[in-house]
Amino acid sequence: MKKRIVLLLALVMIISAVATGCGESKPTINVYNWGDYIDPDVLDMFEEEFGVKVVYDTYATNEDLYVKLKQGGSSYDVIFPSDYMIERMIREELLSEIDLSKIDQISKVDETFLNLDYDPENKYSVPYMWGTVGIIYNKEMVSRPLTKWSDLWDPEFSGDIIMLNSQRDTIAVALKKLGYSLNTRNITELEAARDELIAQKSLVYAYLGDEVKDVIVGEEAAIAVVWSGDAVAMIRENPNLEYVMPEEGTNLWFDAMVIPNNAKNKEDAQKFINFMTRPDIAALNADYIGYSSPIPEAVEMLPDEIKNSLVGYPTDDMLENTEIFKDPQDILSEYDRIWTEITSAQ
Amino acid sequence: MKIRNTGYPYFFWLAIFIAIPLLLVLYFAFTTGDSQNMGTFTFSLDNFRRFFTPIYLNVLYRSINLALISTVICLGLGYPIAYIISREKPRIRNIMVLLFVIPMWMNFLLRTYAWLTLLGKNGIINYVITKIGFQPLDLMYNDSAVLLGMVYNFLPFMVLPIFSVLTKMDFNLVEAAEDLGANRRTTFLKVILPLSLPGVITGVTMVFIPAVSTFVISSLLGGNKSTLIGNLIEQQFRYTMDWHFGSAMSIILMVFILIAMALTSKFDKEKEGEGGGLW
Repeated sequence: MKKRIVLLLALVMIISAVATGCGESKPTINVYNWGDYIDPDVLDMFEEEFGVKVVYDTYATNEDLYVKLKQGGSSYDVIFPSDYMIERMIREELLSEIDLSKIDQISKVDETFLNLDYDPENKYSVPYMWGTVGIIYNKEMVSRPLTKWSDLWDPEFSGDIIMLNSQRDTIAVALKKLGYSLNTRNITELEAARDELIAQKSLVYAYLGDEVKDVIVGEEAAIAVVWSGDAVAMIRENPNLEYVMPEEGTNLWFDAMVIPNNAKNKEDAQKFINFMTRPDIAALNADYIGYSSPIPEAVEMLPDEIKNSLVGYPTDDMLENTEIFKDPQDILSEYDRIWTEITSAQ
Repeated sequence: MKIRNTGYPYFFWLAIFIAIPLLLVLYFAFTTGDSQNMGTFTFSLDNFRRFFTPIYLNVLYRSINLALISTVICLGLGYPIAYIISREKPRIRNIMVLLFVIPMWMNFLLRTYAWLTLLGKNGIINYVITKIGFQPLDLMYNDSAVLLGMVYNFLPFMVLPIFSVLTKMDFNLVEAAEDLGANRRTTFLKVILPLSLPGVITGVTMVFIPAVSTFVISSLLGGNKSTLIGNLIEQQFRYTMDWHFGSAMSIILMVFILIAMALTSKFDKEKEGEGGGLW
């Protein structure tokens, strides 16, 4: 009996060694992206075209991504942080420079999206998507149109409001409501924003991440703070929905592809980034997820209702009253403290 | 204490996976600094000082409160179920236990997600309620939804230990009590209940501990609105990277669980090690 078990174990070991051995003969890249942020077919197309296996994994917020990267234990080859997080990662030397000679498709990217403040010489990042933050609401379920952040504090909508379960974005909503900059470095202003959010808690239905899409499309709640791309995807499924960029001003954001400096396969990571920047692929992604592509040729390929929508592709005038997040640097711990206090409050 | 040769692997297992991690948590709890850089650590009680302020104490109070209520509900529901199952014929009994355990084979997250479709504003339960002609209820994203999730997920942990003690109980004792003129109530209170106490205590422990430290149920069914201590600890490790504060809260929670254990084991002095007892 014992012999048989030993034999069985040996067999299992041999099989698993052979099996994993086979897997390793093909190069692999580990891609870590936001949930619901790619057309899954694109990954298969990349594997087929370049013979590189993609191990794909997702996160929910920039902070989530940062902690995972910083704690080590897992190494990723391509990640998709937002502007302020890229700035922070560059500052903390977590990123590896991208060899732009390998990214010939970068010429397809609209120049307004290059050399932005978070990566002034564009050494570390290649833009992926961009957008704004706003309010989506169901015209059939509310008595009046919503136009400003302070509408989210109106008791009339009690139990119908969904806020983002994301530290930076939610604090920004309160800062804007109060008329402050969303990059304020004034602790009193941040604490005032905290108090606003705590006061709002009794009106809030839930703090959600990607689940918000199902809840709003399914008309379980009427109002939510969302990213513009998600709004495009939601309106496509439920025409009663309307997206507004609040009067007080809002956040303009950019997500870009970067390579962490502990990446194991930088070569293929660059191939992947180049592939993702190719207009046909960028168009597939932009169509599938609803977010706005920084690549004009890709935008041209999109169906009219997306391409001409002011939700995904607002005019320059509409973007005038927006701010881009900056890395809070030394007051990061204040943000963490304030967010912990908001979530803990009853 | 002498360890036999065959005991060494277990000893190492204990050291590596239980003792050292616990000591690390303790170490983190009493220091502050950059969580990723041991060199910056300095001894400090700040984490505890920070916790003992109304805002976090309130979170702890709410967690313990919800865990207690769910334990009481589990006991109230679970004891009769266990009793009924244990009194059945072995064949039927086995089928009933199986039916009770089968849902547990499904992934815990999946089972909790399923409640989202049931409890939502346009969910199945509200659909039925409005069809009958009543106003829809607010079932989702509140404390009662969290409580429901806890009771639903942890009920088997209450039923099974009580059931295992009750099936082992000598039923002649019950008959003897009845022969001696005890009515059903007295028989239950003086004979059945005391004999099943070890199972009850195990059940209470096995429901209370996961309930007080859960973060998944409160996050999914509570809509991240009513933060429990488990969520707060998770947040420190996953989003804000303040391992020190997170560790301090874990230690505080551990102390409270130990106190709860000490209180429950008081009821169990003479019955140690019998039946379904956990210790």
